[in-house]
Parts: sequence; structure tokens; C-alpha cells
Amino acid sequence: MLSIVEIDYGTPKSRSETMVALEIDGQRIEVPEGTSVMRAAAQAGISIPKLCATEMLEAFGSCRLCLVEIEGRKGYPASCTTPVSAGMKIATQTPKLAQIRRGVMELYISDHPLDCLTCPANGHCELQDMAGVVGLREVRYGYDGANHVYAKQKDGTANPLFAAKDESNPYFTFDPSKCIACSRCVRACDEIQGTFALTIQGRGFESKVSASQDNRFLESECVSCGACVQACPTATLSETSLIDKGQAEHSVVTTCAYCGVGCSFRAEMKGQDLVRMVPNKDGHANHGHSCVKGRFAMGYATHPDRITTPMVRSKISDPWRAVSWDEAIAHVASEFRRLQAAYGNHAIGGITSSRCTNEETYLVQKLVRAGFGNNNVDTCARVCHSPTGYGLKATLGESAGTQDFDSIASTDVVLVIGANPTDAHPVFGSQMKQRLRAGARLIVIDPRRIDLVRTPHIKADHHLRLRPGTNVALLNTLAHVIVTEDLVNETFVASRCETEAFAKWRAFVAQEKYSPEAMENVTGVPAASARAAARLYATGGNGAIYYGLGVTEHAQGSTAVMAIANLAMATGNIGREGVGVNPLRGQNNVQGSCDMGSFPHEFPGYRHVSDDAVRHSFEEAWGVPLLAEPGLRIPNMFEAALDGSFKGLYIEGEDIAQSDPDTQHVTAALTAMECIVVQDLFLNETAKFAHVFLPGSSFLEKDGTFTNAERRISRVRKVMEPKGGYADWEVTQLLAQAMGYPMNYTHTSQIMDEIARLTPTFHGVSFEKIDQLGSIQWPCNEEHPSGTPVMHVGEFVRGKGRFMLTEYVPTSEKVTAEHPLILTTGRILSQYNVGAQTRRTANVMWHDEDRLEIHPHDAEERGILEGDWVGIASRAGETVLRATLSERMQPGVVYTTFHFPGSGANVITTENSDWATNCPEYKVTAVQVTRVTQPSEWQRRHRAFTEAQEALLEQSVKPA
Amino acid sequence: MSITVYVPRDAGALSLGAKAVAESIANEAKRRDIDVRIVRNGSRGLYWLEPLVEVETAQGRIAYGPVQSEDVPGLFEADFLHGGGHALAWGPTESIPYLKNQQRLTFARVGVVDPRSLDDYLAHGGYRGLEACLRMSGTEIVQAVTESGLRGRGGAAFPTGVKWKTCLDAQADRKYVVCNADEGDSGTFADRMIMEGDPFMLIEGMTIAGLTVGATHGYVYLRVEYPHAQRAMEAAIAVAKAQGYLGDDVRGSGKAFHLEVRMGGGAYICGEETSMLESIEGKRGQVRVKPPLPAISGLFGKPTVINNVVTFACVPLILDKGAAYYRDYGTGKSRGTLPLQLAGNVKRPGLVERAFGLTLRELIEGYGGGTASGRPVRAVQVGGPLGAYIPASQWDTPIDYEALAAIGGMLGHGGVVVFDDTVNMAAQARYAMAFCAIESCGKCTPCRIGSTRGVEVIDRMLAGDRAERERHETLLRDLCETMVAGSLCALGGMTPFPVLSALDHFHDDFLGHGKTVV
Repeated sequence: MLSIVEIDYGTPKSRSETMVALEIDGQRIEVPEGTSVMRAAAQAGISIPKLCATEMLEAFGSCRLCLVEIEGRKGYPASCTTPVSAGMKIATQTPKLAQIRRGVMELYISDHPLDCLTCPANGHCELQDMAGVVGLREVRYGYDGANHVYAKQKDGTANPLFAAKDESNPYFTFDPSKCIACSRCVRACDEIQGTFALTIQGRGFESKVSASQDNRFLESECVSCGACVQACPTATLSETSLIDKGQAEHSVVTTCAYCGVGCSFRAEMKGQDLVRMVPNKDGHANHGHSCVKGRFAMGYATHPDRITTPMVRSKISDPWRAVSWDEAIAHVASEFRRLQAAYGNHAIGGITSSRCTNEETYLVQKLVRAGFGNNNVDTCARVCHSPTGYGLKATLGESAGTQDFDSIASTDVVLVIGANPTDAHPVFGSQMKQRLRAGARLIVIDPRRIDLVRTPHIKADHHLRLRPGTNVALLNTLAHVIVTEDLVNETFVASRCETEAFAKWRAFVAQEKYSPEAMENVTGVPAASARAAARLYATGGNGAIYYGLGVTEHAQGSTAVMAIANLAMATGNIGREGVGVNPLRGQNNVQGSCDMGSFPHEFPGYRHVSDDAVRHSFEEAWGVPLLAEPGLRIPNMFEAALDGSFKGLYIEGEDIAQSDPDTQHVTAALTAMECIVVQDLFLNETAKFAHVFLPGSSFLEKDGTFTNAERRISRVRKVMEPKGGYADWEVTQLLAQAMGYPMNYTHTSQIMDEIARLTPTFHGVSFEKIDQLGSIQWPCNEEHPSGTPVMHVGEFVRGKGRFMLTEYVPTSEKVTAEHPLILTTGRILSQYNVGAQTRRTANVMWHDEDRLEIHPHDAEERGILEGDWVGIASRAGETVLRATLSERMQPGVVYTTFHFPGSGANVITTENSDWATNCPEYKVTAVQVTRVTQPSEWQRRHRAFTEAQEALLEQSVKPA
Repeated sequence: MSITVYVPRDAGALSLGAKAVAESIANEAKRRDIDVRIVRNGSRGLYWLEPLVEVETAQGRIAYGPVQSEDVPGLFEADFLHGGGHALAWGPTESIPYLKNQQRLTFARVGVVDPRSLDDYLAHGGYRGLEACLRMSGTEIVQAVTESGLRGRGGAAFPTGVKWKTCLDAQADRKYVVCNADEGDSGTFADRMIMEGDPFMLIEGMTIAGLTVGATHGYVYLRVEYPHAQRAMEAAIAVAKAQGYLGDDVRGSGKAFHLEVRMGGGAYICGEETSMLESIEGKRGQVRVKPPLPAISGLFGKPTVINNVVTFACVPLILDKGAAYYRDYGTGKSRGTLPLQLAGNVKRPGLVERAFGLTLRELIEGYGGGTASGRPVRAVQVGGPLGAYIPASQWDTPIDYEALAAIGGMLGHGGVVVFDDTVNMAAQARYAMAFCAIESCGKCTPCRIGSTRGVEVIDRMLAGDRAERERHETLLRDLCETMVAGSLCALGGMTPFPVLSALDHFHDDFLGHGKTVV
């Protein structure tokens, strides 16, 4: 079912700029060339009956309700499949058309149940609407004929055409008896999502929608993105929540709180009750598409595990004591002040979250800098994309991706490195697949054979299957080919980049040691493949690079980011549509949390705290002196905690005990602190080490903005009251006030106004303007009043682009006889990050445990069979998971996800980190894998600790 | 010197025992120590005489038929190798009136030449069209094809030159030529005869089309029920390729044209050109909407010339002898000749190539000689399963596209199926709907649901009393209108034609007598 508020124009919008004038029902209208007659009519306010058409899909022409008469043309062309032409004269309502439409509708209803009043689609069923529109009054065929409606035939025997409901998918129900075979679901799966899981099986009257081949939805190739459910004009595919709750009565536009794609949704509500999430057709990042998480995995927001009362305890072996907000806030303020008095001003700090809003993040760093009086603020982006900020700032001049997502429509060669868009950024992954199916070429650089390498109607031209940890070596070989085979875009480089830096770089990468042949033994990539890929990227037209944490989470993460920027500059693939350097951000607000000054060394807008002018502007605005010295990064905080100099930490919405590397080191640090304050929805892993728990609010419970991977600032809108009583920003504000630093915002828009005032790239941003434009890509200021889809047009932000030398330095994490395999980590579609949200949804039906993927060869050597328990040991620790044998892996490399706390994936990862930003080296850990029969020592301890903490939560004392 | 004997390898002849006949002749000749060269030719299209054995004599080719294996010793005894008299003898083949009275332009070589022999093809005027083509520009060729008046022989009768011009004018990095050889209409076999009997002609026609519009790759989409045609085409393509008539450099022109055969999967709907494209692309055979026209965006989204086998086969002659030569045959807007295929309950079934303008009666009675059963002819269905049933009162209609359309019929692919007076036309009407229900791709609603409802309504009509009958006849006629006006392609759009023609011309058969017609 479509959104309850959107108007469907029937066919996609034409992008043509040429206008065509025509006449519909006597009304003269002008529309872009390529527009369908149906859409042209709809734009003129004339609605032509339709069932198989929706503007999300290409015209199909199967329902035959939208037929029209066109002067000078034979017959009755379908308005959906007929493009306008100049001077056309169209009649949409004639007696003959009325007769045909009624005849067609009579056929439809002869094979459709008549249970409208009890049907989930009642009220928004397109078939019902159309039956009304065409004036169907009787079905002369009767209901005794062949049908898909009744389980039994008239004579009592089973109806072979009938199929029972498929309720296997937890989020939607497939009721074939209501299907009108319009193929909208099939086409949505093909055209939008690109999974091709659905098909029409059989032909003629027997045509039926089938998931894979006669599978139930859950067992099929379906990835549960829900595009089919949204596309369905009847109740055949309906959200289970819609079936349970009935039609929503209002709809609020908001932004998804999962990955960095930042999909816009319409939350369809009944009062404060969420009925369903419908991706917003006008959403600039997602254009009406979504994934299984954003559309369906909302159960966590109302999960019984939510803690909605503040709690305190003096030590972590005590039960919790539920307290009032006043008491909790006062307690934190007094503890923090006590710690600062006892151990010094720098003894406390804060961690902002990439899942919170820009406004909340801004407030936390403001609280730390202005309220705590130090710069000990960091963000979880430290452990994901900090090298992006560093690397792109150094080369291009701005710590952000260069393009909007739609830019890919003009891309000829897509280069994906260290990213798995179809799992981790599924909606953009689908957009990328659309472009690839339309003919763009594809280079994938990844140790694993990710789905994108071979997926329906897509095959990577080159999959460079490198060894983990050799990104810089491989990128240098690509640069070597470009330089030595004269593939440099000399004009671009000469006019846009620093001459001297380029000359140095050219000589540097031209060294024989960086030839693909010389590096073959290091990277594991055949030289011929590397050469071919480099040539394709350099000469294949518009080349766009998309990368993820497979680039940044390395000892040379920042170097690799710079190497990527170098490649883009050398080939002139920057500064226009279709090209660019595009970091795919893991969490919803990674970009935003970085923009908001969450790093210890930077104020909002990536300006160093040592910059006097900038600092003075903040001092003036905030009314307190600020430090010119950077504060502690997250790993430094841990070190300082273990040293005894860092004692208190305010953590908003991040679970460092699960997400940060070398878990045992992290928990040791947490244990060493005296006041850990966790503000979260759930008692997460970190909260088990906390002394104060402050209830967080979900994205449905607050106002604010998120900034996605394309620098797009979108509104988050409150659709229900915070379960704990306060939105997160309000809690931070209360804390600031309690600590004696005044904050008196009455609405988050005022916080954005302050950000805009103090941050040049945000000068033009306000809630009002976002509401007006839908979303804004920063920079948005006097120069770019409507924002900036593509950056570095004409000139780099830093003036001239700067080539950086990217010497390959192998990581110290090396395979040895003791640890002969390399472990690398990543994500899976159905789960999100540490899983705090998705584990509390039915998404666990797809993925209920983290497994170790291992190549069959490595498995065989170790006597490991599918599903066996295996111990994974590194120099940092050991954990046990079940094994999955997979040829996605290359021999010598194993892989796991980190969505479940008990998996202990980060028990194994080490303290190694990026030389420039301390971003952990999650992607390379030397391990040994052996068959085992019991959980690891750490897991036994973790389980015991978890059970103890859960018991303490049970025993928590409620206030009178 | 050896004596040449022709025994067809045509599937129709084979089904009547031609293989055994050929073997018997070879054995008998060997036994008698006579040097006989057996050529496995195509069929002359005189199916009522198949297996038709011909002997090359000084007086020309002498025909014997229908010959069965057991007749062979007798034929030798009668010295058939020198044209000796026999009960099965028909004298010179060319003098058999059925053949003599035809105007064989397209089928001139079919049944005459050895379909496996390029030399034979060349010796009988083959590849002269291509030679002419190589001297002409694309525009000139399109001009010639347009001037010839050739219209698509698959059924839609769209002017071939116009189609080619559209494709020629389309700008693209790649273009295709596709031959629709999914000859699925009941009672039709002209395409098969060409592919089995003169495959080089189709290759030549397609090559000309490819060179004309700038296509470098062609596909013959062949119905799976035609294994003999598949073998014939593949053998001929291999020879043409080896001899430089296909490949990267066609006859030194510097232009490439590659050709391959793609087998269908047994769906009637894949004879509809857009479903056929889907099928070649490896997809479900489902009708595409038009526009875009395949000539602009066809196979794999590229400009594509799609024509029927006969249409392509007409082209070499047009280029060889000139547009005027072809145009001079025919009548009105239907120019040239049409290979009619006479089948069903008919005394002399076979292929009759005549200029447009022959009347149905001349065909049915003159060539066909009435029914095989000897009973009176009651109806003929022209144009395949979607064609109208035509009653005796309309048999003086000349066979041309416009004249047939004027009486509510259509010429289609030129199939004519004859029924005697025992036919129940209500059952035939029901069959039309049932056929559509089985073969509908299921995309558009009028065809998908309408055809099934059509069968049900006819059943109820026949089972009910008078009031019921009238009520259901109204519904049936309404349904037919919905299907005609609303269907996406010709299958749903034309299924009502046989139904309505049966209702209109043979209404008594629907009076039903309370029995369900099965």
C-alpha cells in the first residue's frame, strides 16, 4: 500500500528540459518531453483510472484501465505507456472508455474476494477505489468460475488455483487470494531493489506471484526491503502491523536512524502509535525506497527492554536504584565536579554518538568544552570514519564526501573499495545496482567476494581480491599504472592541483616498487587485473569511488583515504556529477557528529581548537574561556583511565564495550573509572559498567536533524513523546545546568540556529529552510544558499588539490605460525552495528548469531565442518563462534560480524590503530582458528557478568 | 552416369514416410547395381502427393507420389528412373496443375534445390539479391523494399520498407535483425518449408536486412517443434559462414553480419514479436508495451528489424529483379505474392503461392478440391487461430489484406483451415477462448481473465435456457468488445474474431440444446 498522503502520478518523472504542449480533456498543458499521458493528466489534476501503474516503476501497461482516446490514433492507447507529443489531443472520459474500463473491472472483480470491510487495505485499496471510479455495479460472470479466491471449488473439491496466506515473513503477509497480477511487486523487486526475488509464475489465468520458485517469502531470495509491500495496490502484500492495527490517521516525515544513507520516511501514525514506516517518495536520499531495517525493524523503540527511569548505583556490583530525573542529574553533576576537584579538570569527558541528532551531538561537545572546561570529547566516528575526515581534509580541503547519491546516475565506472553497499547501505546499494544494470562498469576491491561482485544482471568487470591490510599497496599500484601509462588527466591536474605536490607524487608512485607486478606478492592481486582495473577507472568515462570501513579501519586508514583522493584527482574524476570520492558512512549521523565538533581537536565545521579566531568566536558565543589544546581521544581516555587520571565519562548513545576493539582493554578501563554515565535506550554492554543510567530517547521521540553520507541534513521529527520523559538534548541541557553552565534552549531549532551562526558551512541552515527544501546538503551559506550537491566544482575547498605521498607501510599485525589467518570484520544486511536495535526486532529471524566465515580449504585443514564451534584466538584474546564455510572468502582470511555482544568479536581485535587518527585496525587481526567444544574463557566470564548485571537490574529499587 | 532422384527431407514428407522411401530406393538401386544419386530436397508443397519422389530425366523432373516404401520395387520395375509409367506417376512435376497454376516467386527454389548445397543455391539464382545489395546504399535498399510494396507476411502486414527505414534511421552502437520463425498458427507451414527447403534464402534476406540497417547480429527465433528446420538452418549458417556469406566481412564488403538460431520454449505468445524479444533475452515470454517500437528499441534495447521468415525470403528476389517486378504482382495495397497454406479437412492440402487477388473459393475449391471427407465445406478459418470463420457466402472475397479486413477477417500468415459440415461452430468458438486461455501470457487483464471467463460464458450459454442464453450472449459480446479494445497484444485482441464470426455466421450452433460442448 502506498503512503496515505502521497499522490501517485502513475509513471516516473521525465528529466527532459524540453517542454511539450498538449491538450487533455480540452485543457492545455505543458509537460517535459518523455512524460506519459497519464502523468501529464495527473499534473493537470485529471486522474485517469489505473492499477498497474505507479510512479515508482516504469510503465507496464497491463491493467488496461488507463486507456484513453487520442485524436488521429487508432484504438485506445494506454496512457501510462504513451508518451506525450506536441499537439496531442486526448480524451480521458468517453462512453467507450467507460465501457472498456467497466468491462475490465468486471473481470478483475470476478476473481477477487468481496471482503472489503474486513480487508487490511480497506480505506486505501486501489482496486476498491477503481471499482468505485469506473462505476462497477454487477459482476455478471458470477463467482462460480475459475478463481484464486476460494479454497474449495463449487463441488467441494480443493481449488488448485487457491494458495493460502504466506505469513513466513515477520513483517508482512502475502495473501495470494487478493492478488490482481499487476506485477507491481515483481517490478519493484526488479527495478527498485534489484534483487529479482519475485516472479510471475505460470501464465494466463494461472499467473501468480511467486517468491523465488514456489518458496515462502522467508526462505526465498527476498531481502525483505518491503518495496513489494509498498507497491502492492491491494492487500495482497500488507505490513503485518497494518493488519494488526488498521489504517493510520496521520503521517509525519522523518529520517531513518539506521545507516548513513539517511532515508526519508513517513511515519504513519495512529495518535502516538506507529502503524508503519513508508519511505518518502520525495526523500532526496532514497526516493521512496528503504531496506528491511528502516522500514520494518522499529520494534526496538517500544521494546520492553527499554529503560525509561533514571538509575544510579555507587558501584557496579550494586543493584540499580531507580531515581527521579532531578536526583539523577544532581548526582551526576556532583560526581563530575567531585572528580574534577579530586583529579583535575581533565579527569572527565564525554562521548557523543553518531546515532544522535546533530543538535544533541553539538550540545554534548558544548557541555564538555564549555561545561566541563576541557576538550575531552570524542565520538564513535573515531572508530569508523575519522581517517576520512583527516584524509579528505588534507587532500581536498573538506572532511566529507564529494557527491550526492544521485550523482551515480551519471557514473560510467563505479569503483567500490572496502564497502559492501548491498548489506551495509542497502538503499544506496540498490541505486548503485540500478546504474550498473543500466550499463556502468564495476570494479570491486575487497578481500571477500561481496554480493555486488555477482548479483542478478550485474557482474564486476574486475574484482581485485586483495589481502587484508594491503589497500595502500594496491591503490599505489593503480596510481602507478595511471602515471606510467600516461593516463593522467594532465589538464585537470595542471589547472586544479598543486604542481609541486603532484610532481612529487608522480615520481613517487612511478617507482618500480609500486608496479602491479612488484606488488603482486604483497596484495595478492594479479598484476594484469590491477592494470586493467586502473585503465578502466582512468579511461572509462566518469569514474566514482565509493568506499567504506574496509578502507579506514586500518593502520594506514588515513593513508588509504589520501591514496583514493589522489587517484580521483589524477584522473580528473572530481568536481562534477558522476565522479568523486564517496565515503559510505556506517551510522545515520556519522557525518553530522563529525561536523558538530565531536572530535577533541576540532570545533564544529572541522576547525582546530588552536585556531584563535575560531576559538574566540565560540568563547564569545558560549561565554566561557575555551582550551586551545586538543583533549583526549577515546583510546587515550582508556589509557588515562588505566593510569588513574581519567575518572568520569558521559556517554550518549554509544556502546564502547561492544563496539571498540580489544574489549578486555576497554572493560578494564571502564572498571577503573568512578563515574560512568550512560545515556541510552537499553542497558547496553557499557551500561553494565555504569554508575548512572539516563534513559535515552529514540529517533521517534525527538526533533532534530541527521546528516547522511552525502552531507545531507534532514529533519528528524518527533512522532511520540519520549518514553523516559526527556529527549536526549534535554537531558544534556539539564546536566549542563546542574553543573552550573547555563543552557536554555526551548526547541532544537534554536540549537541549529546557534550552529549555523557559528559554523561558516552551516550559515544558511535552519529548520525552516530544511522544511522548505526537504533537505539541505552543506555547505549551505551565502555562496550556496540551497546547499551543495557536488563539492569542489571549479576549485577545491582548499584551493588547489594536494597530492599526498602514500608510502605503503605494512601493518605490524602479521600472520605467524601461531596466528596464521587474518580475521576481518563487517556487517550483514539484517543487523545494524552492535545490534542494540536490530537484535530487539524480528530481524533476528535472518541472522541470530555471528558466525565465522572460513574458506573450505582452511576449514578442511583444521577439520572444521559447517556449523562447528570454532575458537578464534588472537594475541588480544579468544572467542568461540560457529563456522560457516564460504568461498566468498579467500584462503587465509576469515570473517565475522559483530552484532551480538556474546560473540566477542572485539575480544580478538587488537589495539593497533590508524597512525593519524587512532581509528582501530578492525579489519586485520592475525588469528588461529581451531575446532572447540565449549565457549571461550572470555565468553564464560561475559555470560556470568551479564547474568549478574541482569539480576542487578531485576533487583533495582523503584522510587516510592 | 548416375541418375538423380529427389526424395524430400521436409518434415511433412518425413512424417508420411519419406525417410523409408529414400532408404528403399537406395537399397533397391544397390541391389540392382544402378548408380542413383538421391538428393534430399525440400517439399514442393504438394502435401497431398507426399512423399513425392522426383526423377531427373531428359524431359525434366518426373513426379511420383504419394510413394510408400513398399511401392519402390514396383517403381524400379516400371523404370521410373527413366520416367516410366506407373500408377503413382504424375508426369513432369512442373506440369502438375496444382503447381503449374501457381506463381512461385518466393518458393521458386523450395523443393527444387538441395537445401544443404550452397552451390545449388547459387546455381538457382541465390545470393544475387545480396550482390545487388552490396552495390546499394542502405537508403536505396530501403527505397527498393518500400517500392516493392512488401508488407510483413507474419500477419500484421506492416510495410517492410517503412520498418527498415525506422531502424536504419535509429542511432545506436548496435542493431539487430531478428527473424520470427515461431510459426505457431494452426495450419501454417510456409516458414518451415522455406527453412527446410531453401534456408540460404532466409539467410540471404536477413543478411541484406542487416547490411541495410547496420545490424551486425541476427537471430532466427525458431519454434522448438521444428527440429528439422533447426538442423537445416544451422547447417546452412555453417556453410554460409565458411564461404564468407556470413561473418565479420560479408563477401568482402567490410561489413559484419553474424547469425544464430535461438530455439523457443513452446509458447505461442512468443510468436508475438515483443514476447519473442523477451524470450531471446532469456526472460519470461511476456508482451512488451509499444511504443517504443522494436525498430527503435528492440532486442536488448537496441534498434531491431523483426520480420517473419517469408518476409525476409521475399527480399533477395526484390533486390535481384527490382521492386517493380515484385510490385507488379498483386492487387490494391497487397502487392506481390502470398504463400497460402491450405490445411484441415481438405482434399488437396498444400502450399499455394499466388499473387494477391485470388478468391477464397478458387483456393478452397480449385486448389483444395473440397473436403477430404467428401462432405460439403461449411467454414474456413483464415489467418490462424485468431482468424475469423468465413462462411460460404463470403468465399468470393479476394485474398488481400484490405478485402479480408472488410469482412471482419484477417489474412494473417496465410493459413487457411477447412471444415466440413459436421463442425460445431459453438465448439470452435469455445476453442478460440480456450486456446487464448492456455496461451495467454497473463500480462493484460482482458486476455488473462477474459479468455477463461469466455470459456465459462460459452459453456453456460450452451447449457442454459433461452433467457440464460440471451443473457450470456450479451455478456459474451461485451467480453469480446473488452478484449478487442482493451487487450495489450493481438492474442487477446483478436481471439474474439473467431468467436464473434461463429456467433454471427453460425448462430444456430449456439442454441445449445442444453448440452455442454466439450
